[in-house]
Amino acid sequence: MTDTRTVKSVCMDADEIERSLTRIAHQILEANHGASNIALVGILTRGDLLAHRLASKIKQIEGTDVPLGALDISFYRDDFATHLSPEVHSTDIRFDIDGLTVVLVDDVLFTGRTIRAALDALSDFGRPSCVQLAVLVDRGHRELPIRADFVGKNVPSSSHENVRLFLEEVDGVSAVEVLEMAPGDRAGSAPLGAEQPQEKEA
Amino acid sequence: MAFNHKHLINISDYSAEDITRILDTAASFRAVNERRIKKVPTLKGFTVVNMFNEPSTRTRSSFELAEKRLSCDTLNFGGSSTSTVKGESLRDTVQTLCSYKIDAIVVRDKHAGAPRKVADVSGVSVICAGDGKHQHPTQALLDLYTIRERFGRIEGLRVGIVGDIGHSRVCGSLIPALKIMGAHVTVIAPPTLMPAAPEILGADEITCDLDAALPELDVVYMLRIQRERLEGAPYPSLREYNLLFGLTEEREKLMRPEAIVCHPGPVNRGVELDDYMCDHPQRSVILDQVYSGVLVRMAVLYLLLGGTDNGVDA
Repeated sequence: MTDTRTVKSVCMDADEIERSLTRIAHQILEANHGASNIALVGILTRGDLLAHRLASKIKQIEGTDVPLGALDISFYRDDFATHLSPEVHSTDIRFDIDGLTVVLVDDVLFTGRTIRAALDALSDFGRPSCVQLAVLVDRGHRELPIRADFVGKNVPSSSHENVRLFLEEVDGVSAVEVLEMAPGDRAGSAPLGAEQPQEKEA
Repeated sequence: MAFNHKHLINISDYSAEDITRILDTAASFRAVNERRIKKVPTLKGFTVVNMFNEPSTRTRSSFELAEKRLSCDTLNFGGSSTSTVKGESLRDTVQTLCSYKIDAIVVRDKHAGAPRKVADVSGVSVICAGDGKHQHPTQALLDLYTIRERFGRIEGLRVGIVGDIGHSRVCGSLIPALKIMGAHVTVIAPPTLMPAAPEILGADEITCDLDAALPELDVVYMLRIQRERLEGAPYPSLREYNLLFGLTEEREKLMRPEAIVCHPGPVNRGVELDDYMCDHPQRSVILDQVYSGVLVRMAVLYLLLGGTDNGVDA
């Protein structure tokens, strides 16, 4: 689908992603006065990996294992009637979220519709005392009144572009790339393992 | 991977990839069904008609539950309460229903081919819930799901289907579904309960000796003996049937240690299964099949009612 895409710029490399996540981990702890009442829930298919990294950073800083979950929002999307049924992955939240501060973790914040769906999905699991949002990249173009509490990097982008995160765990290389969209492409997360980020261009 | 089907009428229209996609999606719905709130808003605003022109308890109730857990609006329709008894044709009935702006029809009918006819005249998605002695594809899918849950695979398993092969629409979908997924299928029945030309079923082996076949099987799939059909005397007595083709405590000794027992329900206890086998804590997966029915039907509705744009949105 995106074979014809061209990389316009690499806006974060692996080191920058790591530094951003370290800072976000500190910010989460600072805002919540420690790790005692927080849980991390990553939105599939890359937010869960970022949440995993954040959890290990929090463990390093505070020595605490925070509850870690993964959320698939396919069943909560608002565009079901117009798109082919998206391939679903398994939600995995094995703890009671009632009363916790749940930090939702996603890769790229764009229209806000994914986050709206995630909030709906989360409310079917219980009633957290508070929900916060951490994203690696905020690229603007919001269509809903949603903002992130913790942002790795703001990346101004045009609507003809796609901003994608690639992570070593599934893609072999970690990077955030701004891509020119080919006709017919839709913005959004790259399918898992379906494509490799291109090498940096001169 | 695209799932480009509008209807589920004949399981043979589906590839191994399509079936795997349905089973994987059903597994995701399992997580939904095990939460306190067993409902997702996915099909909010969709209307599904359950048109059951033949008695059904579990298929009908599990379709209805599947629809409700996907937030569909449902309309239950059929049987003696409808205009068909006043002489309205199937075509007129369906076109009337479609005027209500519905999105899908689930069809159970005593006539083979009725779901295809409904699809031809309706323009909406049609799901076959059993037509005559022809097809019952969601039953086959829930059986595959149950078997895959237990063994982790379907390919290479040896499945024996025992009983009233000739009158069974369960067979009509299950045999092709198992073959598509790479299982080895043996049908086991007295000659009088076999179809006239059993080779067209597509099974790998055909036999009337249950005791000889049993030690090879991973899955023993018992069909219901339809007492009402015994009047034509395909069999001398239920007792004799039980003696030769019933799965009993005695016969269990011939089964492989890990072999399981399936049955589409309702069970005639003491005929095709005795109480011991029916309630066997390790071998009997009959209640798992019932549960899988909801998951698989949720998956089918989810995949069939999705839109046509092959997009992945943020």
